[in-house]
Amino acid sequence: MNSLRRILALVIKEFAVIMKDPKSRFVVIGPPLIQFIVFGYAATYDLQNVRYAVFDESRSVLSRQLLAKVEGSTVFLQAGALSNHTQISEYIDNEDARLVIHIGPGFDRTLQASRPAVVQVIADGRNPNVAMIALGYLGSIVAEFNQDLVRQGVVETTAPGLFLVERSWFNTNLESRWFFISGLGGVISMVVVILLTSLSVAREREFGTFDQLLVAPFTPGEILIGKSLPGIVFGLLDALIFAAGAVYWFGVPFRGTITALVLALLCFIITMVGVGLLVSALSMTMQQSLLGSFIFLMPAVTLSGFATPIENMPLWLQKADLVNPVRYIIIALRRIFLEGADTPMIWPHLWPLLIIASVTLPLAAWLFRHRAV
Amino acid sequence: MSTTIHLPGADVTVSDTVLSADNLHKTFAVKKKPAAQALRGISLRSRSGQVTGVVGADGAGKTTLIRIAAGLLVPTSGSVTVLGLDSVADTLEIQSRVGYMPQKFGLYQDLTVEENMNLYADLQGVPGAERASRYERLLEMTNLSEYTRRRAGALSGGMKQKLGLACALIKSPGILLLDEPTVGVDPISRRELWKIVYELVEKDGIGVLVSTAYLDEAERCSHVVVLHQGEILAEGTPDTFMQQVKGRVSVVTPGKNETPRRIYTHLATQEHIVDATIRSGRVRIVTARDNDGVGATAAARYQAVIEPADPNFEDAFMALIPRTEQRFQKRVISTLSDTGQLRPDKVVIRTSGLTKRFGAFEAVKELSFSVKRGEIFGLLGPNGAGKSTIFRMLCGLLAATAGEISVAGHDLRRSRAQARSRLGYMAQQFSLYGQMSTRENLIFFGKAYGLTSKELRLRLNWAFEEFDLKRWQGRAAGELPGGYKQRLAMAAALLHEPDILFLDEPTSGVDPFARREFWLRINGFAEQGMTVVVTTHFMEEAEYCDRMLIMSRGETLAMGTPTEIRELARSPQTPQPTIDDAFIALAEGTMTMNQPANGNDSKRVER
Amino acid sequence: MSRGRLFMMRLRGILRKETLQILRDPSSIALAVVMPLVLLFIFGYGVNLDAEHVPVAIVGTDTSGVAGDLLGRFELSPHFEVFQVKTMSEAEKLLGLRHVDAVIHLQTDFSTKLRSGQQTPVQLIVNGIDANRARLIEGYCRSVVNQFSAILRARGEGAGYPPVTLAQRIWFNEDAQSKNFMVPGLITLIMTLTGILLTALVVAREWERGTMEAMLVTPLRRIDILLGKILPYYLLGMLGMGLSVTVAITLFKVPFRGSLTALIILSSLFMLASLGMGLMFSAAIRIQFVAAQVSIVAGYLPAFFLSGLIFDLESTPRFIQIISHAVPARYFVAISHTLFMAGDLWSVLLPNGLVLAGMAVLFIGLAFKNITKRLER
Repeated sequence: MNSLRRILALVIKEFAVIMKDPKSRFVVIGPPLIQFIVFGYAATYDLQNVRYAVFDESRSVLSRQLLAKVEGSTVFLQAGALSNHTQISEYIDNEDARLVIHIGPGFDRTLQASRPAVVQVIADGRNPNVAMIALGYLGSIVAEFNQDLVRQGVVETTAPGLFLVERSWFNTNLESRWFFISGLGGVISMVVVILLTSLSVAREREFGTFDQLLVAPFTPGEILIGKSLPGIVFGLLDALIFAAGAVYWFGVPFRGTITALVLALLCFIITMVGVGLLVSALSMTMQQSLLGSFIFLMPAVTLSGFATPIENMPLWLQKADLVNPVRYIIIALRRIFLEGADTPMIWPHLWPLLIIASVTLPLAAWLFRHRAV
Repeated sequence: MSTTIHLPGADVTVSDTVLSADNLHKTFAVKKKPAAQALRGISLRSRSGQVTGVVGADGAGKTTLIRIAAGLLVPTSGSVTVLGLDSVADTLEIQSRVGYMPQKFGLYQDLTVEENMNLYADLQGVPGAERASRYERLLEMTNLSEYTRRRAGALSGGMKQKLGLACALIKSPGILLLDEPTVGVDPISRRELWKIVYELVEKDGIGVLVSTAYLDEAERCSHVVVLHQGEILAEGTPDTFMQQVKGRVSVVTPGKNETPRRIYTHLATQEHIVDATIRSGRVRIVTARDNDGVGATAAARYQAVIEPADPNFEDAFMALIPRTEQRFQKRVISTLSDTGQLRPDKVVIRTSGLTKRFGAFEAVKELSFSVKRGEIFGLLGPNGAGKSTIFRMLCGLLAATAGEISVAGHDLRRSRAQARSRLGYMAQQFSLYGQMSTRENLIFFGKAYGLTSKELRLRLNWAFEEFDLKRWQGRAAGELPGGYKQRLAMAAALLHEPDILFLDEPTSGVDPFARREFWLRINGFAEQGMTVVVTTHFMEEAEYCDRMLIMSRGETLAMGTPTEIRELARSPQTPQPTIDDAFIALAEGTMTMNQPANGNDSKRVER
Repeated sequence: MSRGRLFMMRLRGILRKETLQILRDPSSIALAVVMPLVLLFIFGYGVNLDAEHVPVAIVGTDTSGVAGDLLGRFELSPHFEVFQVKTMSEAEKLLGLRHVDAVIHLQTDFSTKLRSGQQTPVQLIVNGIDANRARLIEGYCRSVVNQFSAILRARGEGAGYPPVTLAQRIWFNEDAQSKNFMVPGLITLIMTLTGILLTALVVAREWERGTMEAMLVTPLRRIDILLGKILPYYLLGMLGMGLSVTVAITLFKVPFRGSLTALIILSSLFMLASLGMGLMFSAAIRIQFVAAQVSIVAGYLPAFFLSGLIFDLESTPRFIQIISHAVPARYFVAISHTLFMAGDLWSVLLPNGLVLAGMAVLFIGLAFKNITKRLER
């Protein structure tokens, strides 16, 4: 009973401090929303307006037909028509165009003579990802064009008859924005929670109030609960707002269960509170805690599979990455949003989080008293 | 209070003026708050070959004045002329000709003594050829010759301050501006610092403008300016000040069965007594004008002897400053005095062989002492002596490397949280939640110590009354005026009526009035049976303690009652030694606990 | 003494002080040298868009003849790790459990159909959650199928040919290796951070430790303070940059096709812009803590999302592209990609370099404006 009163007093105080400190308020409310929206738009691998130039030496009906198909696609945007070979390197070098489509003078004749015609494409490899994806799009346009040729009777078949029938599950139109935004909320609310909790102890250390807490009859467990709750509440609130934003603002489908979502976020936020408090308990000043949380955040976010797949990493790094709590929530969120996962399905991604939390939280509580100089 | 008292001797000739301020105003604009008027029409002169002291309570405007003179701030109106140059128009020129030492001197901790000096020599453009002789003289004056290769961060507090002074003096300045140069410095270093300053004044004839909170330092200045709330209250030579209280100062020597503390507690609350302090085991009082009967009446009551005494600057200063807290002080104590209780000789705090090492550095060495119930026990020593470390170990904030601690029967490091509920703790710096209001802070600490709602209500009312905090209850704690911050911190520590109260440097950075008020209160609580452990670097405050421990660099120099300690330093040269004298003698090794000074104290630094 | 000599003496003093501080304070060296190398090492391996050993399930009961040949093709490809399963439902279960990322389905009559010259589908189902990865997998599959078609054609099996084929050439990065793209970008990201953090912390630190106040009451000019702060950290930052580039070339085998001169000049401009930005924050803010916070929010995150380092800027909405023009990293990402993969193409380097120079001047100018010799603004 007495303990409950003390915890309550502590929790009220923690909320009061956060709400009254402009720096903390700033961390909690303003920037996360702006970041969510700006980065939500920025984070995409879907290509739009890929600038390309055309060097059409054939200038025939068929070549124009092919080019019209390219221009009709939303992916490509014509940036120029070339009249000689040297311009190709000019356009690519100067980044005026990222692709140059070169149709040779004999294009029309070759096709009419039922011989295979080759269209040359030069791509700027400085961004190989864009180059590869754009070439992929172009490949499917050419395949369609070939079908058109058969239909128009220009050629007989497109044999050797082997063709790829593609289908993708969970994200039929392959919208990468869904992929990023479902995880983005987790990443941004994590930054909020880490900054908030990592400051909480360090700030009190710096202002000397932490000694007052330690001298008062609080047990480390009580202090831990008091320090955790605001982080959990604000973190969960942010994360849920972002989830709603993902669905209603960015139009990401939500196929899983709300229970699974709340449970996954709760586990994750508790884990992050653990990490934040640990960083905070280790640092003596706010400066140190900020650097400390940064040292955690940078690799944790970069290696979380948020932007680039974990599977692409070398094996040793994948193994090391098993301790990275962020990777679990990113997978869990994507499975809930896009695959329609329910609680049992995401459980394999939650227990590692709880294990991490069960290490960091008690360690932080122990350090409250023992990291004192 | 805008009338300046003109004392004879205040007029100075303009011919050798190195600094003059004319009708100086400075207003600080703070967002969303009424602008703070730091200076309100200050005019003063400082002459070459003289030390001009600026004294006043915290917030009187001392630092602002010096910063304007150094060109760091621009006055709102009025002007300052330094060495014939205007402080705003010719800032750079002034800055190449003054030596300036801010309160917290910016030494680069990672650089050695020599490198710090090189830096300032480069910045001040001291030609390479002149450096060798200049360095030699400065190093010799500051006794730092042996330490030129030591990093500034590894120097003791006093040495750092001397190095700061050396850097400020690197280019024989025309005027030296010192902002509270001796705060937190041990008495030996204080004397050495002043010796250097006076040597420069006498030999080189430079002018010095110094602000200080130590009134004994002000007494040695050639000219003193008393600032109060941004205005000059009085100025003149220290003698002219002391003339004002001539015949109003007396000392009361307590009889055999009386403690000076009880007499002091009584006298401090009497009407017509402007100031009361304990000095050298006797109570020193300053009475209001034409009212010297008060002391005698009181003295008779305690069978004490009362004698007239020569006034010093502190007496004059205390008599000069108008006080608003007078009424309040008297009321508080009236409920406490005459309740002297028997003190059971129960030991509540005991340490033995207490040692703390940080790596190779031994912060506390083999410390043993015990404190009885109802005692005021003082831990004294300069900054860095290890006082705070002991304190943090007693409160369970820091683990001891070796030795035993028992506070109310517990080692707080290992005991359960409940064991801490009978403790009150007030940290060195203001450590309450600055953004939360006064009321919220008190409620939080009340609940933290498990007060029920009813108890809490009662104690809140007590705190508002006792510390006069009612009108501030809605204000954010961080925005309270300095004195009230300290009161709030104390109220928070006392809310749950602790048995033992720990106070870490409660009077550091607090002006003389707040310090007096504080000690009066502490005395009251001790009279009621509370045990108080207090650290301080103000040696004269030891007089208020029942017993004390003097330490330096982690080692115990002496332990005992104030009388016992003072007696150690008694010698023909100093028949009435102060605790300061005792500390110096102890620290310099001219005497020890077992072997009192033998009269041969030639090593002592005399000005 | 002349004004010039006094200036040089002051500059010498302040530079010597900053250098000694850097040498004796391990945190600045850690920030400028150790941190970039460690981050580059981890990120260089960790941030990779090239998929290898993608687990795929191949459903094929018909393992004889042509179908077997095609299956062998998939198994040989470095991009795939093949799991053979018997039934489609089994494969779909693996896909659902995320044990495989794609399912390739060869129908039972695959070989007969193909031999008889009929249209023969190869069915591919990918997990589309990671759209980018899905597209890559599709691309890899298509190239395996196309190569197989070409072989069939060469053998004279099957009939006809595709009328139009694409002949692709990817310039500057022939194998389209994403590390060649990522590593230079990561260097930019890391140096942004170093540059901003270094200066954001140092000036604010001087205010907090009280060293600034004593320095101000010396004949030190504002320009002395500025130079004293920029030069040592510029050199330190360039040291970190040089080491990072060396690691990129030796460890990650990223080609470097530009000239050293261009690299030094352009990275100097970028470093100055970053330092200037940090200095501007810290001179304006004066509190280490807030300065560091602002550096992260205004420095690191935009450099990650809005520089074209990972996400292609041209595919983002217009307003994002407009915002991105305020991010110095954006220009240096373009510069470093060109320098590493393409060479000294001044048509790209010059405009980007000029913008960086402009930003450096602007930020340092603003920082200079904010350095004051008085305690109040």
